[in-house]
Amino acid sequence: MAIGHPGNAKRSLFYSARFRGILYQVVVVALVVALGWYLVHNTLTNLAARGIATGFDFLGREAGFDIGESPIAYTPADSYAHALVVGLLNTLVVAALGIALATLIGVVVGIARLSGNWLVARLATLYVEGVRNVPLLLQLFVWYGIVTSLPGPRQALNPLPGIFLSNRGLKVPLPEAHPIHPWLLLALLGGFGLAWGVRRWAIARHDRTGRPFPWMLTGLGLTLGLPLVLFLAVGAPLAMDVPTLRGFNFAGGGTLSPEFAALLAGLSVYTAAFIAEIVRSGILAVPAGQTEAALSLGLSRAKTLRLVIMPQALRVIIPPLTSQYLNLTKNSSLAVAIGYPDLVSVANTTINQTGHAVEGIGVVMAVFLVISLALSLLMNWYNAKVALVTR
Amino acid sequence: MAGSPVVELIDVQKWYGSFHVLKDIVLSVGKGEKVVVCGPSGSGKSTMIRCINRLEEHQSGRIVVNGIELGDDLKAIEAIRKDVGMVFQSFNLFPHLTVLENLTLAPLWVKNVPKAEAEALAMHYLERVRIPEQARKYPGQLSGGQQQRVAIARALSMKPSIMLFDEPTSALDPEMVKEVLDVMIGLAEDGMTMICVTHEMGFARAVADTMVFMAEGRVVETAPPAEFFANPRNERTRQFLGQIIGH
Amino acid sequence: MIGFEPHDHSPTGIAAADVEEPSAAVAAQPPKPPLKLLGWARENLFGSVPNTILTLLALWLLWEVVPPLLSWGLFHAHVTGAAAQCREEGGACWTLVTERHRLMLFGVYPYDQHWRPLLATFIVIALLATSTLRRFWRPALLWAWGGGFVAIAGLMWGGFLGMPYVETALWGGLPLTLALAVLGIALSFPFSIILALGRRSNLPAIRALSVGYIELVRGLPLVSVLFMASVMFPLFLPEGVTIDKLLRALVGIMLFTAAYLAEAVRGGLQAIPRGQEEAADALGLSYWRKMRLIVLPQALRLVIPPIVNQFISCFKDTSLVTIVGLYDLLAATKAALADPEWRPFFVEGYVSAALVYWSFCFFMSRYSQWLERQLATGQRR
Repeated sequence: MAIGHPGNAKRSLFYSARFRGILYQVVVVALVVALGWYLVHNTLTNLAARGIATGFDFLGREAGFDIGESPIAYTPADSYAHALVVGLLNTLVVAALGIALATLIGVVVGIARLSGNWLVARLATLYVEGVRNVPLLLQLFVWYGIVTSLPGPRQALNPLPGIFLSNRGLKVPLPEAHPIHPWLLLALLGGFGLAWGVRRWAIARHDRTGRPFPWMLTGLGLTLGLPLVLFLAVGAPLAMDVPTLRGFNFAGGGTLSPEFAALLAGLSVYTAAFIAEIVRSGILAVPAGQTEAALSLGLSRAKTLRLVIMPQALRVIIPPLTSQYLNLTKNSSLAVAIGYPDLVSVANTTINQTGHAVEGIGVVMAVFLVISLALSLLMNWYNAKVALVTR
Repeated sequence: MAGSPVVELIDVQKWYGSFHVLKDIVLSVGKGEKVVVCGPSGSGKSTMIRCINRLEEHQSGRIVVNGIELGDDLKAIEAIRKDVGMVFQSFNLFPHLTVLENLTLAPLWVKNVPKAEAEALAMHYLERVRIPEQARKYPGQLSGGQQQRVAIARALSMKPSIMLFDEPTSALDPEMVKEVLDVMIGLAEDGMTMICVTHEMGFARAVADTMVFMAEGRVVETAPPAEFFANPRNERTRQFLGQIIGH
Repeated sequence: MIGFEPHDHSPTGIAAADVEEPSAAVAAQPPKPPLKLLGWARENLFGSVPNTILTLLALWLLWEVVPPLLSWGLFHAHVTGAAAQCREEGGACWTLVTERHRLMLFGVYPYDQHWRPLLATFIVIALLATSTLRRFWRPALLWAWGGGFVAIAGLMWGGFLGMPYVETALWGGLPLTLALAVLGIALSFPFSIILALGRRSNLPAIRALSVGYIELVRGLPLVSVLFMASVMFPLFLPEGVTIDKLLRALVGIMLFTAAYLAEAVRGGLQAIPRGQEEAADALGLSYWRKMRLIVLPQALRLVIPPIVNQFISCFKDTSLVTIVGLYDLLAATKAALADPEWRPFFVEGYVSAALVYWSFCFFMSRYSQWLERQLATGQRR
């Protein structure tokens, strides 16, 4: 800060860095606020001119439109708020399943690209380069077209007994409710708990005596085996609710709507291509010297991968991976183009019916922001936790 | 130092594609012997010692380590690697593990040593390389010289009978070279069989039993250090020594 | 071939002459497999049991997929004729493309004036191609782009030189996609620089505003940004003022892309060593002079590959304007398929559109990788 002579006080104040800094900030903030006020003022005027009130009380009004599919009960008599919740749940369901599927496919394809087998590596590359460079919306249209051009329920495809593929969706047999089911779930959880215990015992014993124990396989066997044993013990009750053709459609069994199927397939296949690239670069990012050092210590290839390569690769993979998960969730909004009632689609209908465009868009934006903020925080926490310690 | 050689290379040839990188290599190292390999860059010195623990594959000829022949047999390779330790130019410490964990990783998972025993052994070797206080630190927090000493301790933790050094001090700042060389001299005095690729001629003079000079993929000259430095027989050797020692 | 006795320290060791000359040794050759291809196949495809299984699985997959695909797509395909013929005889109906490619490429632009968007498309592609060569990275290039934009605007709108006026509502197809992508990136670029500089600023209010904007926009799907632009921009303007639908979408894309570009520019700024800014400060340069003359020129060089990548994303994202009612390439294709006669052949239609997108994006991404390598070698210290 300039300490000038009394006569130059005014001049040095203007050139003082701090003063200028404050001045800039005040000017910029004032401009932004002025712009904001101008836009808000116009909006309110325009809305008033069209006779549309502002406020969120429209959310309590009866929705009056039907929603194609919903994980919870919904009727057109429910409120708009309820409809939006249904939309949100639809988005979350397709996003969660999409993330799981995309990760599975992406990891497999990413490792395949690194394979020593030339044919497998080339096929994987073909898939990645083919899918990455075509817009997702186009791919969704193709999937939707395929799903809707399937034959009608009367001529449905029957690839496996009880499974029917038609233009009304995918029908699968579901097990009929049976008193043993809660016990099976308990057995699964019990098996998992036992497996966890075995793991801890195996690690402790390895530390103590050095003797290895295949706790992973044992754990898997326990988790799946216990319910299986219970299942067989009660006589293997396999009564299924099989979809049967009644009139023009199937009754019974579980359904996956064509819109859901197309959206899930499109999102998973598209995002998997990007995940494959992330996995590949993550593994390649680990310097070759690490593998060499581990091998020259006598570690097997499998142990090297597990103890040296994967921990380091995961640090590089996880940040862009969560970014892709966020992209998938955002891309689920394309559902509006193929008729799956996700949040954006339901909000759109709401806006069209009530005219409350600002509030509707605000709700959608708020939801997505919460999701992306949550993911951001999670990622920052993870990054801080696993950061390699350097000086 | 009598007895059969612990490391033998017989007519070893290696090609990278059509580039002939190792030509007619013959080498024989006895138990407790210290061999220093030197030569201009690109002469194949690193490639040669990397063939000894199968980090590189040779296409023709035979390599025999401790009586086991190196080939495609995975069991043989594993057995050899457990007995041959290697120290790299770029240290290659595992950054996600502490110094102590770097040292105990292989004994725990390859030799199935109990954890307490592995840690005691690790501390013993850390004391030997004179940095026991760094045990709980991560490699990223250590200086280059400290990291290389940890790398030496890590290789020693598997109790090898042969140690390979691939230019261990080339990536270090000058003031840290001495601390690493001191550790290597200590190892030599304790009777370890060592094959070193290095440019440190002072170290070579002090420690080596045999000097091997390689150029363009061939072993050009081998001799005990006294003779090697004073009276190099080959013109190429003389040229190389002139460049190295001159400054 | 020389060996040596490790224990023999006698000075009369081995004669030097025997050592290096290869005259005695036969010039050895790498062991060659009997047939070069067989050797390669053995190593890469059948090296081990799991490998062989994978290869056989892959070959089976190809056998199931490729011959039927070729038979449908090539050997039994139709290129001329009527839709009815396609339906009866099976095989791919590329007739859809030959009959309706004008609709797919140019949307509802007046049929007899199609030479104008075609010419405009060529101008854009020519400018893009020229911009890829570093030889042309000079201020004159910016003038060329400016002139190009003026020419394109004139061609598309018309209204002079005997070209009838065509309103933006009728623009569509590939020219629209290109226009949205190119303008989207070009217009958002200055804004993104300001955002990136703002994010790195020491002034807390400015940094807060920049970070707030960037994180807000990056958390939203482009669909909702386009909806917001399409629905809310008319509300933002004073009564009576209307805003063109195309302009709304363009502004939406611009605001969206700016946030992502800002992150790319910030990455470039962070890569410039602090010493550069300090040297500039020491020389007495003002903040803006320092940015303009020293920091930004170096940063932007690093930032060009990520910008190209963002351009590829932007190009794919233009397909979303379908949802707000604009007729880009994808929407035009969909419209071409709306005719019930051609609707069964949606695969052929979408595959053709996909080919256009794919070739553009694939070659741009190859270019981006090549460029990165080129620029990296220029940075050799």
